[in-house]
Amino acid sequence: MSDEITPELFTRLVELAALELTAEESNYLRGQLNGQLKAIAELERIPVPDDVPPAAHGLTFAPEFRPPLRADEAHVNLELAARILGQAPSAEEGYFVVPEIPHQEL
Amino acid sequence: MELCDFPAHTLVARLKAREISAVEILASTFQRIDAVDGRAPSTAPYTAQADDALKVHAYISLQRERALERARTIDAQLARGEDPGPLAGVPLSIKDIFCVEGVPSTAASKMLENYIAPYTATAVERLENAGAIAIGKVNLDEYTYGSSTESSAFQPSSRNPWDPARVPGGSSGGSAAAVAAGESVLSLGTDTAGSIRQPAAFCGVVGLKPTYGRVSRYGLIAFGSSLDCPGPLARSARDAALMLNAMAGADPRDSTAALAPVPDYTAQLDAGVKGLRIGLSPDYFRIRYPDPQTGELRDMDLPEAITAPVRRAADLLARSGAEIVENVPMPNTALAIPAYFVISRVEAASNLHRFDGVKYGHRTQKTVQDLRDLYRQTRAEAFGLQPKLRILMGMYVSGAQYAKQYYQRALRVRTLIRRDFEAAFANQCDVLLTPTTPTPAFELGAVYGDSVLMQYADLLAVPANHAGTPGISIPCGLDAQGLPLGLQVLGNDWDEATVLRVAATYEHLTHDEAWRSVKPMVLQ
Repeated sequence: MSDEITPELFTRLVELAALELTAEESNYLRGQLNGQLKAIAELERIPVPDDVPPAAHGLTFAPEFRPPLRADEAHVNLELAARILGQAPSAEEGYFVVPEIPHQEL
Repeated sequence: MELCDFPAHTLVARLKAREISAVEILASTFQRIDAVDGRAPSTAPYTAQADDALKVHAYISLQRERALERARTIDAQLARGEDPGPLAGVPLSIKDIFCVEGVPSTAASKMLENYIAPYTATAVERLENAGAIAIGKVNLDEYTYGSSTESSAFQPSSRNPWDPARVPGGSSGGSAAAVAAGESVLSLGTDTAGSIRQPAAFCGVVGLKPTYGRVSRYGLIAFGSSLDCPGPLARSARDAALMLNAMAGADPRDSTAALAPVPDYTAQLDAGVKGLRIGLSPDYFRIRYPDPQTGELRDMDLPEAITAPVRRAADLLARSGAEIVENVPMPNTALAIPAYFVISRVEAASNLHRFDGVKYGHRTQKTVQDLRDLYRQTRAEAFGLQPKLRILMGMYVSGAQYAKQYYQRALRVRTLIRRDFEAAFANQCDVLLTPTTPTPAFELGAVYGDSVLMQYADLLAVPANHAGTPGISIPCGLDAQGLPLGLQVLGNDWDEATVLRVAATYEHLTHDEAWRSVKPMVLQ
């Protein structure tokens, strides 16, 4: 059986995933993906009737167990904000610093 | 027996009777860590040392000063006649996937190697408010992605205290190893596909996955957001119950933490099992599993060594008044791993997008062309193979042209798995009794690298994650090689109390059996 994820498709996935891989990593990971897809093919083994809905969660909370949405209010905590910014690899004047953002002139 | 080997409930009782102090309990625990844990793991290229093979390596980091300060505070509270809480003075290890303010919180990834959390996870905060003393962060598979702890970026990874040539399971491997070796009395873990129960089984301790939504995920570095459950690892059902008492309940900071009422989980522990209907399902005894040679999936009976302790447990519980219900159909059990391969990867890929070298964590030091190049280089350098594998699979099966075939189908199969549990608990039984794992702990390197075989280590645990229902693994004996085996009790939505009651009853019935007095190899 030919591999479902070809080298070309794999390259496209790596691009979408914002990764960069060595040849050795690519070889291993593509092999594992194709191995996993063989296991995933088991999902086709049984008929799934059309009226079976998808389950985003296994357990649907009863209405009385569902927390209400919290109020959409800002809670300003400058000390915490400073601590969070303190974790940034690069920050200046309260902003995260990043290199050039790719863009096109319209 | 050292103080660090006592169960939490005994330590709390002795502490409150002023027979011992929190500082003494802590000293005993650190003494054990110093004796058995070995060198601290790091992200530097790993070179094995002779001593590594003899030690447990449960911890990534220890917070000795912080812990000592808290122990002194608890002793001072007791001296003033105050009650420091139901877990007063109990040493607790934290799987390093939870944020603790001011403490390194690494997810066992190079990506977060130097990350100091700016806030504390709700589960940790509640355990500390109940008097537990967080003493350190324990190792895990990178971002929890694995079943052996071997994928951690921090090496040497944790070993099994019963045989350090074997894995402790995973992803909460450091948690289970620490509790088994007396390096912490309790541990806080997470279970996305068995990551509490499987290592608990491998290391001979108790591990409880609560109902999804029972414990807040705030401050937990997310893997599969519809599956992740924080929960206790402990040495007895009573200790797990005490821990769940402290952690459970709604949290305004997590909208998936349910408003369901939280009972006192210790209240029914001694009530016995008279009249309880305990189900056995053939679908947990005959499994679809990869052939170790060819990798092809085939149907096989679980070995007698794995199933006999479960049948024996059923007999013991029946003699105590439980009704055993045979042949409970759970026909979609075999599809739980294939569905998990899809659902968990989509959720993992989504959650991993946030690690980009901008807001926190690793950033490449290479010169980059632009922001996109920064993302690529950063993620290439700091993610290990398992996160990369999950991102790629998640991207593929959720891609527009493949989603119907894979992601949507997996979610619909999940509905079928959920319906198995609904039918069983509505009509036939109150709990299911199963083995926790298809094998005992395997040797380091024996499975790692084969991501399909590794995933199948979770096949008896993962259905409950899909369903959102609770389950516990408790020790039920040792195999011919002296390795621990786990008995799994699966329960209905929000019914951890019954699961714990069955576990406590089994513990009571087997209390005097010889295997319970055998110590892990590292303590002999």
